[in-house]
Amino acid sequence: MSHQPQQQSSGQPIAFVSAQALRARMHDAVNDPHLRQSFRGAMDFLMAKRAAQFPDQDELDSLRALSEGIRQYSLSKLPDLLEQLEANLTRNGVKVHWAETPDEANAIMLDIARRHSAKLIVKGKSMVSEEIEFNHAMEAAGVGALESDMGEYIVQLAGEKPSHIIMPAIHQTKQQIAKLFAEKIPGVDYTDNVDALIRIGRNVLRDKFESADIGLSGVNFAVAETGTLCLVENEGNGRMCTTVPKVHIAITGIEKIVEKLEHVAPLYSILTRSATGQAVSTYFNMISGPRKAGDKDGPEEVHLVLLDNGRSQAYADEQLRKTLQCIRCGACMNHCPVYTRIGGHAYGTTYPGPIGKIISPHLMGLEQTHLLATASSLCGACGEVCPVKIPIPELLIRLRGEANSAPHANPAMVGQGAAYDPKISFVWRMWARLYARPATYRAFSWLATRFRALTPRKQSGWTAARTPLQPASRRLRDMVKDRR
Amino acid sequence: MSNPVVSTHAGHQARSYPSRPEAVYFYGTCLVDMFVPEAGMDAITLLEREGIRVIFPDNQTCCGQPAFTSGFPEEARQVIASQLDLFPGDYPIVVPSGSCGGMIRWHWEKVIGDDAALQARAAAIAARTYEFAEFLLHVVGFSRKDEGPATTVTLHTSCSARREMGTHLVGRELLARLGNVTLAHHDHESECCGFGGTFSLKHPDISTAMVTDKVAALKATGASQLVTADCGCMLNITKRAAKEDLDAGRAKPSLPGEHLATFLLRRTGGKPAGDQQ
Repeated sequence: MSHQPQQQSSGQPIAFVSAQALRARMHDAVNDPHLRQSFRGAMDFLMAKRAAQFPDQDELDSLRALSEGIRQYSLSKLPDLLEQLEANLTRNGVKVHWAETPDEANAIMLDIARRHSAKLIVKGKSMVSEEIEFNHAMEAAGVGALESDMGEYIVQLAGEKPSHIIMPAIHQTKQQIAKLFAEKIPGVDYTDNVDALIRIGRNVLRDKFESADIGLSGVNFAVAETGTLCLVENEGNGRMCTTVPKVHIAITGIEKIVEKLEHVAPLYSILTRSATGQAVSTYFNMISGPRKAGDKDGPEEVHLVLLDNGRSQAYADEQLRKTLQCIRCGACMNHCPVYTRIGGHAYGTTYPGPIGKIISPHLMGLEQTHLLATASSLCGACGEVCPVKIPIPELLIRLRGEANSAPHANPAMVGQGAAYDPKISFVWRMWARLYARPATYRAFSWLATRFRALTPRKQSGWTAARTPLQPASRRLRDMVKDRR
Repeated sequence: MSNPVVSTHAGHQARSYPSRPEAVYFYGTCLVDMFVPEAGMDAITLLEREGIRVIFPDNQTCCGQPAFTSGFPEEARQVIASQLDLFPGDYPIVVPSGSCGGMIRWHWEKVIGDDAALQARAAAIAARTYEFAEFLLHVVGFSRKDEGPATTVTLHTSCSARREMGTHLVGRELLARLGNVTLAHHDHESECCGFGGTFSLKHPDISTAMVTDKVAALKATGASQLVTADCGCMLNITKRAAKEDLDAGRAKPSLPGEHLATFLLRRTGGKPAGDQQ
């Protein structure tokens, strides 16, 4: 294929630099005026679209409460529902696979590809496939994997990763995309007409749908009681991927499950309204098995790969389990003042933004990700808009605590204690001694105000952009005593 | 610039308010105690002027929030545990800060540990803790004649006041009761100023980007000053503006700010503590 996505010259998968380099990336991102402006504009647009979908606060409140309830109920029965899902999918003719790690998931799918001598897999949008570096695993084994969601296609063509879970190419301007298409797709001239660009992409992809051996998709909701895989999309590429090739592989995390079909409707409604500000998506696919005798289309084989990849660690803890309520709408990132300023790539994780900060530690361990939880002012905008009411700020605080605490046996998380620093812990112990002893605090605050001239003028990160803080000449308690 | 209408509904149920009490406890917060005492004093003066006796427990220190949000819950617990007996009477507890008020109201009970007796005491304190502006509006029913000249101000509401205490409309309502004051809303009003306690020290790049945008939005209103009911945000915003003034060689502050209590007191014929010095 002449327009194959560019490989890194080393032939290695495009892997992000480790999360320890987060600071450097954030610094660069914050100081990139183009990036700042384009994310601000895009997020403003998405926030306004969402707000327009929820003119009635009471309706939103009750829909959020219902959605939270459905997700919590589903998670409370997760082991049973997974077994029920497997039984019903199997009955419907879908082959169910279990993968604990990304490597296992890729091996399962590569095995399917080899059995069909597949040369090309055409993909609908799937963040789980990003999480497991599916494209690179396939390409390393000589199987092509082509993204068919327009945003994902752009990102793949550019050799990049998605910068947003719903709008993968949101960091690219139409001029950048025009240049990319003209460079990478043979016979295409530069045009920054958006309709023309979409037509170009569609023409390329149309051929590929016909020649692909396997279609891959994600799953938005898996319904245990009926064995149905629900897929939400806008471009029709999801339907093409799941119906045109002879084989369809769906992949999803183990948490994306609900018990009953009736649980899907409220979640679907709040998903599209929270994500893109749409009342409904253009397509809603319900996949319940391979082509049956007499069917005019549909795949001959359907597989579902259920991936754990750290989710059961979150599941095991009552508080951390709330992370798994997520329905991947992206509203938290759209409303996040940090995401708006650094964009998605700076995070260095598959899932950026507030949800990325709380899910990534389970997927990757705290060693690599502990700094993410600290990169938040805890403003609460994410928790306020979350359609399933995940208490994101509370979970960020919990993760900070897990990272800071001295390493101990039987930790709740891989990498617990990764940010443990005896000096910092000592400072906080001293802080507690000071503030838990009123007489000591009174002496300290008296000294700090009386000798305020000795306050250092350089105050680490604070004075880089602000004039120094200095205690007042007298404390409030002194004023209170003298007031009459 | 667009200014999307973001839901500002608090995540908690609207609360019911008691009738005006004979006395209140005043929890000044460590930031106000040491850095902006005049704001606390002016809040106390406003309450006393309304005939409410103000009790200032001398053993108060800090609500524990810095340790709690930094991921040191045990240290926060010790500080909270040392203050559970500050408020023996049944009076409301008034806090001149949405974020410290939010800490007491929503987090003390969780942080205090598994001891049911301690939890019950923390919960009882939480139930009668009010953010100052909320208390002044809903319990005191503040309504005094505006004696100041016509002016335009802009208001910043802290994220905890907005999202934890649900009091983002309270500041507006109090200012609306001043006949000669016009409130100019700023772009992206509901967005965080970038303070976030230790966040501003730990991630200065992002924090600076946020506060710089906030200062620009506030200045763009053309208001003569900033009013806010949270001293953390106030110091973050005004010290950023002061640095910009310093770098640009401006002698006059381009964005002076003060606590809502100070502003209300001055406008209604009182003498702010800072003015007397």
